[in-house]
This record gives sequence, C-alpha cells and structure tokens, in this order.
Amino acid sequence: MTKTIKNVICTFCGTLCDDLEVDVTDDEKKILQVRNACAIGAEKYLHVGNPGRVVVPRMRQPDGTYKDVSYDEAIDFAAKTLLKAKKPLFYGWSSTNCEAISAGNVLAEKTGGVIDNCATVCHGSSLLAIQDTGVPSCTLGEVKNRADRIIFWGCNPAHAHPRHMSRYSIFPRGFFTAKGQKGRKIICVDCRETDTAKVADTFVRIKQSYDYEIIDAFRTVLRGEEIPDEVGGVPAEKIKEVIDILKSGRFVTLFFGMGLTHTLGRNHNIDEAINFIRDLNDYTKAVLIAMRGHYNVTGAGQVLGWQYGYPFACDLSRLTVARHNPGETTSVDLLVRHEVDACVVIASDLAAHFPFEATRTMASIPTITIDPHISMSTELSDLHIPVAIVGVEVGGCCYRMDNVPIETRKCVDAPEGVLDDEELFNRISKRVDEILAENGVQDASEYLAKIEQES
Amino acid sequence: MTEFIIKNGHVFDAVTGQKGDVADVCMKDGKIVDKVSNSATVIDATGKTVMAGALDVHTHVAGPKVNLGRWYRPEDKFRLGERCSAKIDPKTKIEGGFSIPTVYKTGYEYARMGFAFLMEAAMPPLYSRHTHEEIRDTPIVDEAAMPVFGNNWFMFEYLKNGEIDNAAAYVAWMLRQTKGYGIKCVNPGGSEAWAWGLNCMTVNDPVPYFEITPKEIIAGLITTNEELHLPHSVHLHSNNLGNPGNFQTTLDSLKIAEDFKPNNNLGRKTVLHHTHIQFHSYGGTGWGDFESKSKEVMDYVNKTPQISIDTGSVTLDETTTMTADGPFEYHLGALNHLKWGNVDVELETSSGVVPYVYDPKVKVCDIQWAIGLEVPLFAADPMRTMITTDHPNAGPFTRYPRLYAWLMDKKYRDDLLNSFKYATKVIDATYLAEIDREISLYELSQMTRAGPAQVLGLSGSMGGLAPGMNANVAVYNINPDNMQKGIELENAFAKSAYFFKDGVKVVENGVVLEADPVVKKTYWVNAKVPENKQVMHDINEKFLKYYSVSLGNYEVIDHYAPHQEIIEV
Repeated sequence: MTKTIKNVICTFCGTLCDDLEVDVTDDEKKILQVRNACAIGAEKYLHVGNPGRVVVPRMRQPDGTYKDVSYDEAIDFAAKTLLKAKKPLFYGWSSTNCEAISAGNVLAEKTGGVIDNCATVCHGSSLLAIQDTGVPSCTLGEVKNRADRIIFWGCNPAHAHPRHMSRYSIFPRGFFTAKGQKGRKIICVDCRETDTAKVADTFVRIKQSYDYEIIDAFRTVLRGEEIPDEVGGVPAEKIKEVIDILKSGRFVTLFFGMGLTHTLGRNHNIDEAINFIRDLNDYTKAVLIAMRGHYNVTGAGQVLGWQYGYPFACDLSRLTVARHNPGETTSVDLLVRHEVDACVVIASDLAAHFPFEATRTMASIPTITIDPHISMSTELSDLHIPVAIVGVEVGGCCYRMDNVPIETRKCVDAPEGVLDDEELFNRISKRVDEILAENGVQDASEYLAKIEQES
Repeated sequence: MTEFIIKNGHVFDAVTGQKGDVADVCMKDGKIVDKVSNSATVIDATGKTVMAGALDVHTHVAGPKVNLGRWYRPEDKFRLGERCSAKIDPKTKIEGGFSIPTVYKTGYEYARMGFAFLMEAAMPPLYSRHTHEEIRDTPIVDEAAMPVFGNNWFMFEYLKNGEIDNAAAYVAWMLRQTKGYGIKCVNPGGSEAWAWGLNCMTVNDPVPYFEITPKEIIAGLITTNEELHLPHSVHLHSNNLGNPGNFQTTLDSLKIAEDFKPNNNLGRKTVLHHTHIQFHSYGGTGWGDFESKSKEVMDYVNKTPQISIDTGSVTLDETTTMTADGPFEYHLGALNHLKWGNVDVELETSSGVVPYVYDPKVKVCDIQWAIGLEVPLFAADPMRTMITTDHPNAGPFTRYPRLYAWLMDKKYRDDLLNSFKYATKVIDATYLAEIDREISLYELSQMTRAGPAQVLGLSGSMGGLAPGMNANVAVYNINPDNMQKGIELENAFAKSAYFFKDGVKVVENGVVLEADPVVKKTYWVNAKVPENKQVMHDINEKFLKYYSVSLGNYEVIDHYAPHQEIIEV
C-alpha cells in the first residue's frame, strides 16, 4: 500500500505551486510518484531516493581529499572558524525555510557576519529600484481573477517557472476572467524569441540592453508625446500598438525577470518599469511582479527585513549596528575585494553563479557549505555539511514571488542522522556560546582580541 | 517564582479607582496579588508614578506592509541622533529603524515605555502567516492581530443577502484559520473598488460589481460581531480618509452604530471602534480652506456611548504611512511624489505604503497636528478615547511620550503652536489655542490602560492592578506632587523606571535587561458557531476557483504562534 500526501508545496521555483500530490511508501521512507508538478518539480521529489546522497559531513584533508566526520566535529569546526573570522560572509538562504534563515541570522549576529541572499546577483537590482521609487504590486490570485493584459519582460516562464502561465498569468479562468486565455492579451518583450514569446499575442523583439530606452519610449507615447521612428530595434508603430493594447485593458500586469534586472542599466531599468506602471494607473489599473527565482529567496529577504530592516546585503560585523550599503556590503564586492575572511554558503551554489574572481576568494578562505547536494561550492569548501531537503524531508515557511507565505510540507523522513538547517544553526550557535563562555568573554570581538593577544 | 512588592508609589488605576493614592503593588507568579511574603524583592517607588502596563489598541507593527516599509526605506535606519540602528542596551539585540522599526526594536521600545499589549491593526488574511512570524519574533509584548473583512468577497455576498448566520460562521472560520482577534474594516468597499482603480468616497457609493454600499457593510459587520459575542467591537477605518471635508462621511459612518447594542460577556460596552479619527475630522473644500472639525465629530462621539475611538495624533515627524486603504495611498503618492508601494490581495483587500513628511512648516500638517490633540482634549469619556499615533501613519509609536506631554502640558503644546511659520492661519483653522484642558495622570491611565482593555474585551486580565490580573506594571519617574513639564515629562514616559511584564522585571531605568526575558503571548479568538455546510461549501468553491493557494495550505498552524492565549466565545 501507498499513502498519498495532498496539497504538497513544490520547493523549486518562486511560483511555489501548492497543489502537488505525492505518493509515498507506508513507512514514509520513499517517494514513489508525483502528480501535478512540472518536470523540474517532479524531479526535485523523485531524485531524493537516488543513490550517492551525502549523509555525513565531509571535511577536506591537507591532501585535498574529503574525510567523513561526525556532526559534532563539523559543528565545532564551524563555530571556531566563524569566531576566528573578523568578518565572515553568510551567503545563500534562498533554498531553505524561514525558520532556518532566522536561526542563521542569530548565528550571524553572534559572530559578526555579513548576511546576504541570492537577490544580490538576481533581483537585488529590483530591490534597489523599489528603494528608489516604490512598487505597485498585487498577489498572483489578483492576476488570475482580474488581469486582461499581461506583459512578460525579460523573463521566460515557459522554462524558468513552468506552471506560472497555467496557474496565474495566461490560461487560468478567474472570477472576472471567465474566458481565460481568450480574454487576455499577452505581450512578450525580449531580445530572443523564447518559448514564452511563442504563446504571446504580441511579441516585441528588442535589441539587447535597450530596455531602458524602450520603456522610456512607452512612457513618452503614453503621455501623448512623439518618439523617433525606431527605438532599440522596435518601430514606433509597434510601441504605439502596445500602448493602445495596454490602455484599453482593465487590469495590466507586468512580470519581469533577469532580462530586465541584469541588462545594461540594471536597477535603472526597473526604476523606469515601475514608473511606467505608475503612469499607467492614470488610465487603468496596473501592477508589476518580479519573477523571483528560487522558491524562498523572497523569504530570505522578508526575515532579514523584519529582523534587521534590509532585504539583502546586511553587514553585522560591527556587532552593534546593522549596515546596508549595496556595492560595499554585497557578496560579490566583498569577495572580489577580499574583505571577508570566512564564508558560509547555505542553500545556494555560490561557486556556480558568482564571477570567477569572487569564487577564487571563496576557495582561498575557510569555507563551509551547507547543502543537501554536492555542488560546485561543496567541492571548493573546507567543510560540507549535508542537511535535510526543505519541502521534501522537512517543512517550514517559504515566501512565494508575490510575498505570500506558504507552509511547506514534509513528505518523507530524511536519511537517518541528517539534521535540518534550523537545528544545525541552533547547534552551531550553542557551540559558539560555549566557546565564548569557556574563554570567559562576552562576545565575538572580545574573543578575537583575546586570541590575538595570546598569539 | 519571584515575588515583588512596589512600595509607596503613587498609583493611578481606573480598575481599582486609585487616583494617585500612595499604595503598594504586589506581584507573585505573574499575577497581581493582595500581599506577598517577606522574601519578596522590594522596589522603592517613593515619589514615583505606578500604572498598569499599557495597551496599544491600534498599531501597525507586523505583517507584509510593515515589512515592505522596512525593505524599501533604508533611509529610515540612517537618521542621526535618534538611536536608530544600534545595539542600545548591553544584552539586547541590534535594533533598527525609526518609523518602521525592526521587530526587536518594536518590542524593546514598547517595553521601555511600559507597554504590555499591542493590537496589530490590519492583517490581510492571506498574509496572516507573515504577520504571525513577525509577532513571534517580537520580544516581550503580548500581541494580537485583526484580519480585515471590509472588502472580503464572502462578506459582500452574505451581507448583501442578509445572511448573518453565514457571515458569522465565515468570520468564526476565518478567525480560527488566521489566529485573528476581531473584525477590522478598512475603507469598506473602497479597497475592492481600488482593484479596478476606483474608490468609494461616501457610505452610499456602491462597490463595483458587488453592488453593496459601505453603509450596508458596516451595519452587517456590527450585526455579525454582536451575533458572535466577540471580545472587541468592529474596528472601523471609514471611507474618505484624509480628504478635506470628510467629517461628514465620518459622522455618517458613526451614526450606523446608533441602532446596535453590545452583546458580550467580557465587559465591552461599545459596538463600534472608529480608529485614527484625526484623519477623519477634516473640514473645508480643499487644502486652502482646510480646517478642523474635531469638535463636531467629538460632540457626536461624546453623546453616543456605543462608540469608542482612537486618536491617530500627528507627531510632526518624517514617517511611513501604511494602510489597507489602497486608493488613499495612491492619492497620497500622487500628492507628495514619494515612493508608492501597493499590494492588492485576492478576494480580501488592497493595501499601500507611502513615506510622508509631516513638516511643521506646512500649514496642513500643523492643522492635522492640532486636530490630533483636540480629539482627546474634547473627549468627555476617557474610557472610550485611546491615544494612538496610528503607528506609523501619523507618527512612530516612540513619540507617545511627547504626545502625552503635549496633552498634559498646555504651555508645551502652545509654545509649539505659536512657533509655526503659519501660526495665525493654523490657530484660525483649529480649536487648539482655545482649549485649556490638561489631561491628568488618572485620565491618561484610562486612555492608555483601562480604556483599551475594556474596548478590547481584555479588562479581566489587563489594564488594571486588581488582584488576579496579569502582573504588568510600569513605574515612571514622575512625582504627581511636583510634576515635570515639557521635555522632562516626555523623557520620564520614554524610559520607565521599572517595567514588569507578567511579574518579571524586564526594564530598569529605561534599560531592557535581557534580549528575550519573558514568554510573550499571541492572543486570538475562537468563536464557536454551529457547523454551517453552506459556508464550508462556499469556502471550498472559492478556494478551488479563485484563490491562488489551496484551502489545505491556508491555515496558520500552531508553530507560528508558539504561546497562544485563546479567548473562547
């Protein structure tokens, strides 16, 4: 016999679909089948039982090989490494639950670390623009129930958020949108004809990195002013056509992704997009939503926000103040300038996504990677601590791309002895407290002063 | 557990009727008691003022819009000279922010001022997990949160058809799902209209598509509230907030309460709480002839015993406005051109966030400030009048001490009034200069302790110093025989000499002693109603068709509120 778990939340992308059904064996050890998920989501569940899973921490030896160690040894190593560092970096957080993020933030405050999440190389530019101009937004259910004009700008949900279009944006039939796709006009703006562009009613192909100019042209036309015959590879006629479509709608939604946040102009592109949406509200209702990537990158920012007041790049290294200065306290900049002297990579893969110079620094300083899987980061680390997989082996709160929190579900037991992220951080924090007490010091700065004096 | 006796303080407490009498207050096992043993720790309060822990009936301290404010206003952490972002006391955590402080700063600053309980004023039900996560992380103070119902599709349908039983069953279900405390109603109908970029400006404007009027919504919600015997009354933010001439809409909204009587077993005597009434007491036809109508509004409130209000007093600071009144925030953003944040929530509400500078050099801001003081000064019944800043909308809660000082010291407020650039115009447009009243310490204890406790249905355990009540006690360095004035009075309220929360000493000389010294509790209301198949059918259908989350994933499960105080009705 098998058991079916319903309403399972898919912890892969920011869409955070919550209607999966997972069949597990009676003893809740093995996943047999997954329904309703996209191909990526299904694999997230099915791969768990694959052979080769790391189930005990691995410490790098002087000869470069890894040796299995106990969790106690790993926790002791982590606590000492963090205390000895003047400014450790805690990077990642986007693929774990909010409880673990909260426990990790406690550890970072104790050890004087910099907390940064994946937004720093992703929607950080959106956050900077929001800090400059605000953000008119809504929940995804509002889009489903009301939106009759959808713009996808520099994003490709057909591949990156596979069920986004069917659950929220293009196909669903909502309260005021009973006709589903037939009642909506879909506009896709991209420099390539993506699979999302293929399902759009209007595809606006632009020259790469001309986003700012084109949004500016949209705003100009919206205000009834003249524009040149062609802007960024788009004929003026096309721009006017798009504006007519938008103005005739009742509810406009702009979804944007990396194609807008990381082309030339970055946060200024988003700034311009936000103001475009703001302008559109003079004619109709308009909102925008960032296509957040990892399933809980939003939650990482939320927790940091209510605890220290900033969505990312938060420097606690002075132990008495929280600082946020993007460009200075952001991970890539800290690593490239060699300003951090230890690194914890948690629930993310720094080495796979950061510029080479940053990764090189990470590999040269003491680094601990906390991740259920083997990744490029684990292979460059001094210590790899495996943990349970959130949403599969442990529950906890995660935030969808529209900031809606959803409690994820445990489906099967983690391999025997494997800790979850929250417990791991709590135990490292406890070990830090013990070391401080053993040395008769109050905090990390006194500990550093003491060991410097002793050496 | 430790015993404490606070000796020889001047006690102000409406529950026991003490008006500055020199008396002892005893605490044991987290409760106020008649007497303690000889081993009790003695706190000498000679020449000091002793009151129960305060309650904030309306404050925005947790949830999605508060956190959007924190996210998008890094500048709020960079103010100099305001102890904004730093570790302030030796054992506490790093604090941050001025108008939208972090959860740690929120808990610590409220405790330093002697507050024991906060009511988070607007919780969008879909985001209630977020609200509860922040409440869980806020140290020391007890909290509760009110879900919003004034723009809820279920309620529109039930109330339009007069199905009060169904409305009650739905509200009861929703309070259980969200671990909510009562019925909040923000801009009834207007926030739904905002989903199409529209608004409801009077109590008779029908809601687009749903064809129900704000008046019907308010009346229906009051009926539902009394049918359920909820501890708190309907908590209303009426239509047309912030616009010149809106006092007429306010009076129209208040008049709806005339037909109702309170129905509960928890000592509540009101059926409608109108919140931040300062924002709703404006006369004039535009910003040019903008004037105070606080007297007209308060005259009506004074003669209507079913109504309670809180003030929403302006503190003349740079702050961050945030409300479930989405259309208002859009208009405010269009007015001041500062960053506009907006979140519409499916089937439930809208909301918005805009920074705002209450600049003393601007006539309108000064008039707003004056109205915020006139409201409590015109109040005939302090038990139905609560002092708030609608934190952070009219000013941050950390300005309560300054607000108290303005209300208790005529010279202090008049000095400020006369210092304004447009003082003559402000005086012409307001009543403040003519008012001589100074609020007494006893009246203050009613407005900040016994009053809110009664209005919230918590008078059995909070807001007083009678034996058996929770041992929340604040001691201030204020000698009623020789009262400080102005800024000194302000400082005395800002840093309590001692604050005991549930019988534990958490603050001494304005210093929070431990990072997380007591078990803080989350209050919510479990209203029992007969099983209602129609409502469960409607809920199933709406979740299947229109929500973006599954019904099975909607509930706030227990671990979001680890220490619950459940009020069963």
